[in-house]
Amino acid sequence: MTAQDRLEAHLKEIIQWHFSPETGCQFWLDWAKKNFDPRQEIKSMEDMKKFPHFQDEWLRDLQPEVWVPAAYKGKPFNIFETGGTTGMPKQRIGWEDYKTDYSEFSTKISDEHFPPGGAWLMMGPTGPRRLRLAIEHLANVRGSSCYFIDLDPRFVKKLISNKQFDVARQYMDHVVDQAAIILKHRKVSGLFTTPKLLEALAEKVDVYEAGIRGVFCGGTTMAPQYVRFIVEEVLEGRIGFYPTYGNTLMGLAASVPLQKEDNYSITYYAPQPRAVLRVVKPDDTKVTVDYDTWGRVELTTLTKEFFMPRFLERDEALRRKPRAPYEWDGVAEVRPFGAMENKIVEGVY
Amino acid sequence: MSSIPHLPALRKGQPYESLDKVEVKDHRTGEVMATVSQVNAGILRRDLNRIGEARQALRKFTVDQLIAISAKAGELFSEGTLPLGDKGHTQTVQQYTETLSRTSGLPHAMVKRNIAKVADALFNMRTVLNGLTRGLDTSVIDIGFGEQAGCPVSYYPTTNALGLVMPSNSPAVNSLWLPAIALKTPVIIKPGREEPWTPFRLIQAFIAAGAPAEAFGFYPTDHEGSGEVMKICGRALIFGDANTVAQYKDNPKYECHGPGFSKILIGADEIERWPEFIDLIAGSISDNGGRSCINASAVVVPKYGKEIADALAKTLGPVAPTSPDDPEAKLSGFANPKMAEFIDGAIENGLKEPGAEDITAKYRGGPRKAERDGGVYMRPTIVLCDSFKHTLSNKEYLCPYASVVEVPQADMLAQIGPSLVVTAITKDPRFIEQLLESPLIERLNIGPISTMRISWNQPHEGNMFEFLYKRRSIEVAQN
Repeated sequence: MTAQDRLEAHLKEIIQWHFSPETGCQFWLDWAKKNFDPRQEIKSMEDMKKFPHFQDEWLRDLQPEVWVPAAYKGKPFNIFETGGTTGMPKQRIGWEDYKTDYSEFSTKISDEHFPPGGAWLMMGPTGPRRLRLAIEHLANVRGSSCYFIDLDPRFVKKLISNKQFDVARQYMDHVVDQAAIILKHRKVSGLFTTPKLLEALAEKVDVYEAGIRGVFCGGTTMAPQYVRFIVEEVLEGRIGFYPTYGNTLMGLAASVPLQKEDNYSITYYAPQPRAVLRVVKPDDTKVTVDYDTWGRVELTTLTKEFFMPRFLERDEALRRKPRAPYEWDGVAEVRPFGAMENKIVEGVY
Repeated sequence: MSSIPHLPALRKGQPYESLDKVEVKDHRTGEVMATVSQVNAGILRRDLNRIGEARQALRKFTVDQLIAISAKAGELFSEGTLPLGDKGHTQTVQQYTETLSRTSGLPHAMVKRNIAKVADALFNMRTVLNGLTRGLDTSVIDIGFGEQAGCPVSYYPTTNALGLVMPSNSPAVNSLWLPAIALKTPVIIKPGREEPWTPFRLIQAFIAAGAPAEAFGFYPTDHEGSGEVMKICGRALIFGDANTVAQYKDNPKYECHGPGFSKILIGADEIERWPEFIDLIAGSISDNGGRSCINASAVVVPKYGKEIADALAKTLGPVAPTSPDDPEAKLSGFANPKMAEFIDGAIENGLKEPGAEDITAKYRGGPRKAERDGGVYMRPTIVLCDSFKHTLSNKEYLCPYASVVEVPQADMLAQIGPSLVVTAITKDPRFIEQLLESPLIERLNIGPISTMRISWNQPHEGNMFEFLYKRRSIEVAQN
């Protein structure tokens, strides 16, 4: 069975689940009544183009209960929020999905870099994000515990938008100082953070000497030259580097280990069949761009906890060919959509 | 070998080829003349944390040895064939002239004058240092203490490196940092986007002349990187418009080179002779394409404003773009045509305000913004303003531009505002006394001297020695 066959089979199961009155949630059942019954119409991934793009306002404006599949009724859910700056953030509910995503991811990182039982440190957005629980779960799966230093990215984005660069720097220093203290007083071998925070930490602490052997990084643009800088200079080629692309709505897309011919261009592969990433033409999103061409990232999430068809991410990327161990397309050099045309506030991400 | 040269970053002299590169293009044809590696702020921070090693490399030399190296570097810079990038390319001085002309828009004749100015500073480094230090024996800098005029003196360095956020408008500005090498201070250069050539060539000349490569940092970078150069280097020079330099100007760590608002004043005693000074005034406005901060941007006279503006307009108005290799070329093309558009728009907007007239318009016979062979130029503009209250009266643009304003002599100093260079054409002792007392004037020329004339042993803007070294009291026991 090919990956595509597995995806198609999984798709049918998920469509059946979310659009059957016995298992589906209120939102999708109502939607089907007003539009079409996907159980009849959606037989393949190609058919998914019949769905319009998922609107992020639905996650802001509606009460979370509308997303509870009938099969989960009565089970308290986790509420996770996406980035946001001002106003109501997008919220997604869940039960076990984040654990599944991160348990799977655990098989993709080496024991050499993240020794089982060795403590982790997360320095990054905790708060209402699923990342905090997810990282702790990942550490736990590997027999480890995790320390946490919180960073509120909404505050940082606000500071940068207001051109309060000095305050942003002070806040970043405050976060990094706390991490440096933990590294000084506790044995830690695995680190999760954002590239900017990693860079700032490495300016204060020799991270290898502090015991760090693996860094799992995500959350922002990592252009090839920046990746090279992190690998060669910040981590001095001595620490394992695992860049990821992920969010509350998708889960976690891992990168394949860099090869010489990649020239530090990182390609991520979605956790298919649970999530599918396409790189589409921005002005005609039904069309997938050619390989090695820039386009906008479209995400489809296909789990029993959450169904989200054709969500247009605020990111653009290069479409890459499948590469072992993945049999599906990858997305490379992800950056904010329109980054080359507009100034995007990424803050410490 | 690639046909297009690549300029790497130089990290303590070592070439670093980045995966991020920008192209430097011919301003007329768009042909790519070189790619330039770009580094991120993180690389700068990491390198500058270890910059003390670069200073140690220079400390091994005496000031006298570094003066000799500077002179040799001047020879190589102005006559030699030097490496251009890291792909095996080389560059003769003629190739440098042509390339710089093609990317910056400066005609060959102006590039050559700039080369001569830079080389002159290198050849005369001993005189320059003598002027900067007021005759200090160079051994005092080598040893750290000594005597001057019978008094014990000691100087200590204020920084391990001099940061330079360079402009793209005129290569001669590089002469400002040259004394730093003889003063044993490494340089961290963020080149202007359209003018990486001159700092790169100067670095190569210094290295070929025997200076340690570690003393040179060449870091093409973005806005954040420029900020790091300013922040981390203990001393830094920045070039830019009034907004750019505003945030740094009150901090003694920085020397800001913004608009000069240089001026020519004619005293009441000499005003009747005004026709004799028209060529000198026109040259002050338009030499070097009007791109320098020492170009006059206002002519202040007690009377005959209209006549003087008309005479200047008659001289400068017909000046039009020529081919870059024309030895008489007076205008520079714009590497960024949007800049010309912006300047033209700003002048037009200003003219809508009552009280100003573009006197050159009638002698120009065409628009102010002109094109030739694909290049964009700004033709000279002389605006007669009814007072210093007018928007266009105290403006500086990257082209031959000046206002002519009538102000009674008694009110001149109260109205001209800060001025980098003032040429005051007067013999009136009382007026000269007032000029000498004025804190608004950085360099003062008394008599008919072009604002463009400066002397290296008398810095017109800051003193590099006082910037890089601080005096301390010292007593050394004899036994």
